[in-house]
Amino acid sequence: MIRGKVLIAEEICKGCELCITACPQDSLALSEKINLKGYRFAVLVQDNCTGCVNCALVCPDAAITVYRQKKPAKGINPEIQVAV
Amino acid sequence: MDLPPITNGFELVYKKPQTLTETPMHYCPGCGHGVVHRVLMEVIEEMGIQDRTIGVAPVGCSVFAYDYMNVDMQEAAHGRASAVATGIKRVLPDRFVYSYQGDGDLAAIGTAETIHTVNRGENILMVFINNGIYGMTGGQMAPTSILGMKTTTSPFGRDSKLAGHPLKITNLIAQLPGAFYVTRHAVHTANAVRKLKKAIHSSFEYQLLNKGTCFIEVLSNCPSGWKMTPAESNKWLEENMFPIYPLGDLKTPSQTMN
Ligand SMILES: Cc1ncc(C[n+]2csc(CCOP(=O)(O)OP(=O)(O)O)c2C)c(N)n1
Ligand code: SF4
Ligand code: SF4
Ligand code: SF4
Ligand SMILES: [Mg+2]
Repeated sequence: MIRGKVLIAEEICKGCELCITACPQDSLALSEKINLKGYRFAVLVQDNCTGCVNCALVCPDAAITVYRQKKPAKGINPEIQVAV
Repeated sequence: MDLPPITNGFELVYKKPQTLTETPMHYCPGCGHGVVHRVLMEVIEEMGIQDRTIGVAPVGCSVFAYDYMNVDMQEAAHGRASAVATGIKRVLPDRFVYSYQGDGDLAAIGTAETIHTVNRGENILMVFINNGIYGMTGGQMAPTSILGMKTTTSPFGRDSKLAGHPLKITNLIAQLPGAFYVTRHAVHTANAVRKLKKAIHSSFEYQLLNKGTCFIEVLSNCPSGWKMTPAESNKWLEENMFPIYPLGDLKTPSQTMN
């Protein structure tokens, strides 16, 4: 499985839950804490994100950044790849 | 936003475009305006036309679009965005010019400007956010409100005898020879967002070729005005607005050539 990671801007998020609805992996949920605006914000709750970007595409507040695992180049140990 | 260092073996696949400012948007949670702003700015970033683009903001909830869109912007009086965009494009024909308007702005007070801009085939992109309501002023009935829809000015539901029928202004626009590309989209799912992005991209390419008016209607939600959660509003949109305003192209360049 291709693995992904999302980074959610907690203070920008308004807790609309549209990313949660859009995620095919059920990776997201609302936090127990609230942010300074008073909203519960979206958080990654399962380690099964595929980096499909769906959540970021529907987010009205551009609060989501998505990373995806690089396909390892042949013969190179992915552990020692340098980030760009 | 400062991004943390990328974890080893992971690469960045999506981030907020730098053509959106850092100003947090004032829209209600889940409002489609934010999505359309972002997609429009993504296309401008990807096409590398930020310094050659001028947007015209409306009166409506998106009145502060100029605070969020990091391109040259002009505010227009209520309903007049396409007329202002006409002037800008005629004076600066080498710029990419777009107007951004809600349904109250474009299809009520601005109906004359809208129709005549397209009838003149002005070489601009008109983005039309149809949420079937006057969001900004507290949820009054719009020309595009569907029959039976309850709003503050139609508390028993829109009645055609009293308030006429939902105005399918995009269908009217498509009849005009000046319209080059007319299409209807939504932002309720990731795939719908991807399609909208393609339509905006095509529209700017047609504008570069001086093809005439490109008109994109985006069926959007208004969770506050509709008194629903964002997820409920997207479901309501699909079930109640899509049958009246079906998604898809109303006029494509091949039809225009005929
Ligand atoms: C000349 C004038 N008439 C009326 C108004 C009041 N007004 C402000 S926004 C608006 C309608 C907004 O609805 P829409 O264009 O659908 O935008 P939305 O807020 O739904 O995005 C009206 C009637 C105004 N500002 N100026
Ligand atoms: S990138 Fe895809 S899988 Fe990962 S959280 Fe977002 S929607 Fe879910
Ligand atoms: S879609 Fe965006 S604003 Fe809405 S809950 Fe998810 S991260 Fe927050
Ligand atoms: S009132 Fe409606 S259109 Fe305006 S910001 Fe709120 S949800 Fe969006
Ligand atoms: Mg409206």
